[in-house]
Amino acid sequence: MLFLDHIWLIPLLPAFGATLMFLFGRKLQKATVSAVCVGAIVVAFLFACGAVWHYTNWASTPENFHRPYQTVLYTWLGTDTGHLTYVLHDGKSTAAFQADVGFLLDPLSSIWLLFVTGVGMLIHIYSIGYMAHEGGYYRFFGYLNLFMFSMLTLILANNYVLLFVGWEGVGLCSYLLIGFYFHRKSASDAANKAFIVNRIGDAGFLLGMFFIAWYFGSLRFTDVTRLAHSGQFAIGDPIITATTLLLFVGACGKSAQLPLYIWLPDAMEGPTPVSALIHAATMVTAGIYMVARSNALFVLAPTSMKTVAIVGALTAIFAASIGLVQNDIKRVLAYSTVSQLGYMFLALGVGAFSAGVFHVFTHAFFKALLFLGAGSVIHAMSGEQDMRNMGDLHRRIPVTHWTMFIATLAIAGIPPFAGFFSKDEILWQTWTSEGGAYRLLWIVGYFTALMTAFYMFRLMYLSFHGRPRMSHEVEHHIHESPTSMTGPLVVLAVCSLFAGFLGWPHSLGGSDRFAKFLEPVFAREAQVLTEQGRAAQVAAGEKETEHTTSTEYFLMFLSVAAGVVGWGMAWKAYRHADRGYVEPIAAAPPVYNTLLNKYYVDEGYDYVFTGRRKIGDTRLGVLGLGEASAWFDSNIVDGLVNGAGWITRLTATISSWWDKWVIDGVGVNGPAILARMLSYPARLFEWGLVQWYALVMTAGLAGFVFYYVYH
Amino acid sequence: MDAMLHISTLHYLVLGAALFLLGVIDVLTRRNVVVVLMSIELILNAVNLNLVAFSRYWGELHGQVFAIFVITDAAAEAAVGLGILIAFFRNKETVNVDEVNLLKW
Repeated sequence: MLFLDHIWLIPLLPAFGATLMFLFGRKLQKATVSAVCVGAIVVAFLFACGAVWHYTNWASTPENFHRPYQTVLYTWLGTDTGHLTYVLHDGKSTAAFQADVGFLLDPLSSIWLLFVTGVGMLIHIYSIGYMAHEGGYYRFFGYLNLFMFSMLTLILANNYVLLFVGWEGVGLCSYLLIGFYFHRKSASDAANKAFIVNRIGDAGFLLGMFFIAWYFGSLRFTDVTRLAHSGQFAIGDPIITATTLLLFVGACGKSAQLPLYIWLPDAMEGPTPVSALIHAATMVTAGIYMVARSNALFVLAPTSMKTVAIVGALTAIFAASIGLVQNDIKRVLAYSTVSQLGYMFLALGVGAFSAGVFHVFTHAFFKALLFLGAGSVIHAMSGEQDMRNMGDLHRRIPVTHWTMFIATLAIAGIPPFAGFFSKDEILWQTWTSEGGAYRLLWIVGYFTALMTAFYMFRLMYLSFHGRPRMSHEVEHHIHESPTSMTGPLVVLAVCSLFAGFLGWPHSLGGSDRFAKFLEPVFAREAQVLTEQGRAAQVAAGEKETEHTTSTEYFLMFLSVAAGVVGWGMAWKAYRHADRGYVEPIAAAPPVYNTLLNKYYVDEGYDYVFTGRRKIGDTRLGVLGLGEASAWFDSNIVDGLVNGAGWITRLTATISSWWDKWVIDGVGVNGPAILARMLSYPARLFEWGLVQWYALVMTAGLAGFVFYYVYH
Repeated sequence: MDAMLHISTLHYLVLGAALFLLGVIDVLTRRNVVVVLMSIELILNAVNLNLVAFSRYWGELHGQVFAIFVITDAAAEAAVGLGILIAFFRNKETVNVDEVNLLKW
């Protein structure tokens, strides 16, 4: 079990690359940088394949059947000395706080491991070509490797704390990479926004973790899952509901759901490979991974699952509507990502965990392909990103065109491409889940699918077809990208074509190997949900549903129809787009402007939270409340305090007046004045003549003498 | 001769009293500070005379010894008085006692 025992090497390989870049990167040649960093990921990918292969062998033996493989390297936080023992929720039992550096490999993390390293490898190879003429080459690859290290730590962690370490690490790398062109203010602002909004979600995540530690006594996934399965917690337990909602807040921040999605479109300021890797295929799926990993907890909290589903569906349609009118090619893809992530959360929320994971898997391929293709288009267009200035590229950059076309077919849900199977599975699960309680969400998902097809084909037609709308020098320089870029495009296109076959549904005669693979992770949940009457088909190999296969065929037909109708509408509107093309939605200007300005959400947040807006001198929003409170405190409360001081001073003044004029004036100076007044007559005797004094003395003496003589 | 006067102690006392009285009157009425000092000496000498007279009367020496003391004291006092006079003259350019009236209100 070579690969499995040394599974800790997988995150360490890119970490090594990142360290090398950090220490020596500046002095290395570009070829060396490429060799080290890309090589690290290639080796990591091969290693990951080996590890998953070994795991499947290991887990199929009778004694290890369907168990996750766990290896603990060392205890990072906490000790055995009992000093970190704390009391649990029941007030009696105690647990020792402990978080180890440990790795867990089970079907769920295997899937993530494979596509993260695989797509990561392809994007690294692509970046060699894309960033070839950019400055900061070593810095870029160093950050990318650091990101891979964090993401792999996140995926392979065996406890919430180490997952959080990876979580924060990918957030950091997202910040570093979005702000890669930090000389541009818009880029550094976007990086700040991403990190700050992420942090808001992290607060929720941390609180959720604390609840878990307090409620379950342990932070390891295996322990938490075991306890949750043990039946000692009731369905709808309020603490678990609170915990799962908090965890979902964290997932909203990381995976860009309402209301914390605002960072993702701005994150397109980073280089295109960054958008592909982080904001399409890997980092944003971390939230979904975390929710899927905590599925045992979520199943115990139906309210949370409803919330997840509703938020996911709303995000999906919200983002899709904004994507209909965006003009920047990367923004359309960003909103598309937010929308597809909404689909994944919708799936998790209705209990279709493996369908959600399957969509993550297929989405990674076609979204990465779309982003890399967009990068190739931008490269060909010498940096132009606005679709209004593109057009008629399909003959000049054929490889990019055809691979992006495959990806667009995939995302629109046209069979037999990958997106069809996963999206259709989600929609089917939504329709049937809980006896049809989520039908409204199905309608939301359906219209989102329609819009997805429309705006994706709009992107295709505006960029590649119609009349050329670019300037002549740009037109002159259009060229196909180098092989380092087109190679990954082709590989991803093949994956987008064939990856869907892994989840060929039962109704169409397949065996749905994907869901079967995930069975050990989600099987108990399936059972619980079925017992509760809430499940439809949570895992494959799954038994009866209440609905006939004909309904499933019909819904399948409907979702294909949505894709085709969307395609058709885009074809009609944009096929022959020339310089003065008009957006069909622009016929209703208020709608158009609202969508173009992203529903003014950013402005709304600006008014309410950031406190940057003022009316006159008064600040608005939450910070305005703060300022108002400060004004209140410094003027009214302190005014009272000052007033008390003023009264004291007044009393003191009166006192001092009394003392000065009455006490001193009358009491002390009075007798003195009296004495002086009496002195006036007394003074009359003082003539200053010496002989007069002598006479008086003599007279007195004579008087004494006479007195003594005659008495 | 029977008409010869016998000079007894009484005569000395009367003389002493007379000198004393003259001295006092001069101290009180003279304008010149030097003369006032001289009249103070006169008073002291009158007292001396009295003392010596009684010493002869009683046949003891106490009076004479005391008279020696008084003479010494008179000398010192004269010195000091003259010092004051000199200081006074330096300030006021006059020896008129009436001019010493700075303490007049």
